[in-house]
Amino acid sequence: MAVVSSDLTGTSPDALPGADLPVHRLRHPGRWLAGAAVVVVLALLVQAFAAGNIRWPIVGEFLTAPVIVKGFGWTLLITFCALALGIFLGFGFGMMRLSANPVLRFAAWLYVWIFRGTPVLLQLLIWFNIALIFPRLYIPGLIDARMVDVVTPFVAAVLGLGVNEGSYLSEVVRGGIGAVDRGQVEAANTLGMTPGQAMRRIILPQTMRLVLPTLGNSAVGMLKFSSLAATIAMTEMLNAAQRIYFINGAVIELLFVCAIWYLAGTTVLSIGQHYLERHFGRSSSIAPPRRNWLRRATAGVQA
Amino acid sequence: MTLAVRTVGIRKSFGAHEVLKGINLDVNYGEVLCILGPSGSGKSTLLRCINHLEVPDGGYAWVDGQIIGYALKCGALHELPVKRLRTQQSQLGMVFQHFNLFAHRTVLGNVIEGPMVVRGLSREEATARAMDLLDMVGMAEKAEAYPAQLSGGQKQRVAIARALAMEPRVMLFDEPTSALDPELVGEVLEVMKRLAAAGTTMIVVTHEIGFAREVADRVVVMIDGDIREAGPASEVLSAPADPRVRAFLGRVLS
Repeated sequence: MAVVSSDLTGTSPDALPGADLPVHRLRHPGRWLAGAAVVVVLALLVQAFAAGNIRWPIVGEFLTAPVIVKGFGWTLLITFCALALGIFLGFGFGMMRLSANPVLRFAAWLYVWIFRGTPVLLQLLIWFNIALIFPRLYIPGLIDARMVDVVTPFVAAVLGLGVNEGSYLSEVVRGGIGAVDRGQVEAANTLGMTPGQAMRRIILPQTMRLVLPTLGNSAVGMLKFSSLAATIAMTEMLNAAQRIYFINGAVIELLFVCAIWYLAGTTVLSIGQHYLERHFGRSSSIAPPRRNWLRRATAGVQA
Repeated sequence: MTLAVRTVGIRKSFGAHEVLKGINLDVNYGEVLCILGPSGSGKSTLLRCINHLEVPDGGYAWVDGQIIGYALKCGALHELPVKRLRTQQSQLGMVFQHFNLFAHRTVLGNVIEGPMVVRGLSREEATARAMDLLDMVGMAEKAEAYPAQLSGGQKQRVAIARALAMEPRVMLFDEPTSALDPELVGEVLEVMKRLAAAGTTMIVVTHEIGFAREVADRVVVMIDGDIREAGPASEVLSAPADPRVRAFLGRVLS
């Protein structure tokens, strides 16, 4: 009975065993070994950090310190404002790149060339010091003030990060609009929609589905890049943490506090991105809309 | 018989290739005209020139009392502003080879889009009329589905309903069954036959000789950017005078 062979050439087809034979799955000892090795390494890492020169109680203490929480609030505000500005500029210049007007096309190209071609940290510093170029901000009938009063660290951070992000997003939007089938526009035209209506109602909603993954990346990136504002005296979270550890010397502890908050923020953003993508992607799925696990779970509770 | 569409010497070139060599064509109200011809003969381009999706290099299309895309002033054609051109285009219902349903809208959303956005109907009013049209093309029960969930034949039937929702004076069909699996062609032709029977003015670019023979009041055959043969379907299809038309029909009928 202990014949180990897959060669059945000698067997008559009528002598083949039936379909109800038990099947023994192939074992994968390599997978178990690799998994075990990784678990060991992880355990060692955790042990190292637990035993290392970090005073964890201090991390816990400063995690909810008012200065840190307020700093994180500024971080969120910078992220939100800069992202909003970036999306606005991205869609504006992205559409300009596809304009029939060569002057508009050139202006959009110039914008991307300059702001994508220089480091964002450099741009932040220039916005922060813009008063050196233009001491007064004067728009007749609208505003007349000293530039240093207008461009506070917060405004400089939002302008620097937002304008820079806009240059990247305009390229994404340009690609997204270009990827919408030409037939969609033709159908809109034959129904009598004006170019503006076709753009708003037909093209941009379909562009959203294509650019959302990138937009999600941008939001996560922006949350982290907002820490650059620490270099222009903006008391966002990292800057606040630095100010504290210059005094109490708990450098690593406070940097870890920041890391925890940033991770929490990016996690929340990733979850939001998932749901937004599903919303805009609902038309492209072949299957009818799936109910999510949350609703399934609560439906189970109700039943 | 009242004239609905007249093309006056429409010429169009793509680069050095002259696709349309001055097309003159008349279509009356209530008439079904089928345009036949081999691939590359310019029949789709002619249709797209009639509703100004392509701008003709010369000549123009006259539809329902208006020159499409132009105003006639002091013996010259003046290009119309986009908004007025779109108003004219909305009077020409267009059905595309590749359906071009709005991918992000449901079936119902596709049909009510034009009436709501362009004609300013309320959602309720547009929906009520859209459901009648969807019922007519047999797609009412799929009103909440998205285009990606439909077969080609279903998509094309929705596309016909969408075009009809604008209450156009003339329906243009650009190879409406060419992108369909053979077993789905029939359901679309069935809807088109019903429209023809209801007296809809239709210009149909097609490869379906059977449909042309059965439904068309008149048939024109285009070859190399010219109309080579025109007349009642029975005459043109059974006894074409032009040898190249004879050769073309011989190929597609065999």
